[in-house]
Amino acid sequence: MSDQGPATANPAVRPEEAIHTQILSKLRFAAPFIFGLAFLAFWEIACRVNDVPPYLLPTPLNIIGTLFTDFRSLLPNLLVTVTITVEAFLVAAVGGLLLGMLLTSARWIERSLFPYAVIMQVTPIVAIAPLIIIWTKQDTSLALLICAWLVAFFPVVSNAAVGLNSTDRNLVDLFKLYGASKVQSMLMLRLPAAMPFYLAGLRIAGGLALIGAVVAEFVAGTGGAKSGLAYRILETGYRLEIPRMFAALVMISATGIAIFVILSLFSRFILRHWHESAQR
Amino acid sequence: MTASNVVATPQSAQSGKAAGRPLIEIQSVAKIYPNGTEAIRGFSLEIPSSPQFLSLLGPSGCGKSTLLRMIAGLESCTAGSIEWPTAEYDGSGRPRAEIGFVFQDATLMPWASVFDNVYLPLRLKHQRRKDVADRVMDLLRQVNLEKFAKSYPRELSGGMKMRVSIARALVTRPKVLLMDEPFAALDEITRLRLNNDLLHLWETQKLTVVFVTHSVYESVFLSDRIVVLASHPGRLMSDLAIKVPYPRTEEYRTSHVYNDHCREVSAWLHKAMAAGGEEEQ
Repeated sequence: MSDQGPATANPAVRPEEAIHTQILSKLRFAAPFIFGLAFLAFWEIACRVNDVPPYLLPTPLNIIGTLFTDFRSLLPNLLVTVTITVEAFLVAAVGGLLLGMLLTSARWIERSLFPYAVIMQVTPIVAIAPLIIIWTKQDTSLALLICAWLVAFFPVVSNAAVGLNSTDRNLVDLFKLYGASKVQSMLMLRLPAAMPFYLAGLRIAGGLALIGAVVAEFVAGTGGAKSGLAYRILETGYRLEIPRMFAALVMISATGIAIFVILSLFSRFILRHWHESAQR
Repeated sequence: MTASNVVATPQSAQSGKAAGRPLIEIQSVAKIYPNGTEAIRGFSLEIPSSPQFLSLLGPSGCGKSTLLRMIAGLESCTAGSIEWPTAEYDGSGRPRAEIGFVFQDATLMPWASVFDNVYLPLRLKHQRRKDVADRVMDLLRQVNLEKFAKSYPRELSGGMKMRVSIARALVTRPKVLLMDEPFAALDEITRLRLNNDLLHLWETQKLTVVFVTHSVYESVFLSDRIVVLASHPGRLMSDLAIKVPYPRTEEYRTSHVYNDHCREVSAWLHKAMAAGGEEEQ
């Protein structure tokens, strides 16, 4: 739609100028990749020149090689982590919106409940995790799920609440004038108005769910078929298999990036017609 | 006049002599906000059933917007009453279907298309989309926006948005259109054009317009009746008739009659400002 830059769309601009701006915009895109490659090259060369042993700092090529050879053995762990992340995220996304709706339905509910949502948020998850593990002794993956959800929940709730409260006052009056019911106001006015905020909350929550899943596994400790990538990282640390540790790290980062990209695209799609954030 | 307190007297609506009774009866209305600000004091006004273009003119702080919101039922009266002797009431005791409201901003839902924005009041009344599509499109045609039915508000200019807002206010076929400084935020050229468009719509729709403005020129061009309010607290200063036949054209805008009326109304506005005392301009 509006992806075309103004320079290429405007025939009045002189051709060489258009080419210049085209090159510039491509450069802007390429800049982070160029920087990244330069950094990796420096890393590779520095390691080789100084003969840094791989159990201290493996070279990028070594890590990529390990990633290829160990991918199959790490994949089940990745799936465990991803599953917990996605489950926690979904529960946070749905529950957060529902709680946001509850909080904003009446001033007194918001006043009495919101402080506790804040307390839940500011208490470090690492500190609560042991408790949760005790309470869910039989089921480690449930403990992990709860931890990840606890971390992801707050940004969704608070963003949904802010969004639901930020409806144009005149539109509220308009709905009142036409005798709109509470349900109509919620579905046709407050929810759509809250979407940009809510979706921003989801983007934050996606990353946090992953962090929560990994951190909780560090604390809870898992084993066997149910262990996630965090467990592998601990394990490789004990065994000084640092290249493999880096490979697991790369997989976690890639997952985080994928979550962010997917949620950003989702947000853009939902808001494509009207919100400024989805226009470029 | 039997019922003297507050709205809702459904029985009286059925009486046969509707023609002689006013559309809206405002009786010694007062508004004092919880913080103690007295916005309106003892204001009375009758708005007849026959179509009228009534402007509420006054300096800022004279409570003209508050008054409009009270007529719409968006604001309660501290004292006095606003009655609709001929109106049919819905369950809530407010003659809602009778009112169209245009805010100072276009107040469109940015996530909905132009069509859906105009359709909104009917949708809230549970009217099905396909049943009223013709009516919505007809109104869009009247405000020259039929080609933009599928556009979104962000793709429209300020004047176009305001026209969508007017179409939305008219879609329920109201008896009275309440407008709260609708063109104040627009540029001069767009405003003049919308003035002409609005007059044209008013003549074809046969409804009463209550138009809040602080522009003498706008009110003299548009209205056949101008009510001037004084401020702090808001009260009635003068009730003037502008006896110039419609349709009013650009020629009227430059005529002596127009100038004379502007001078007269300005004089009243100055008196109103002097009466209100303190602050502003």
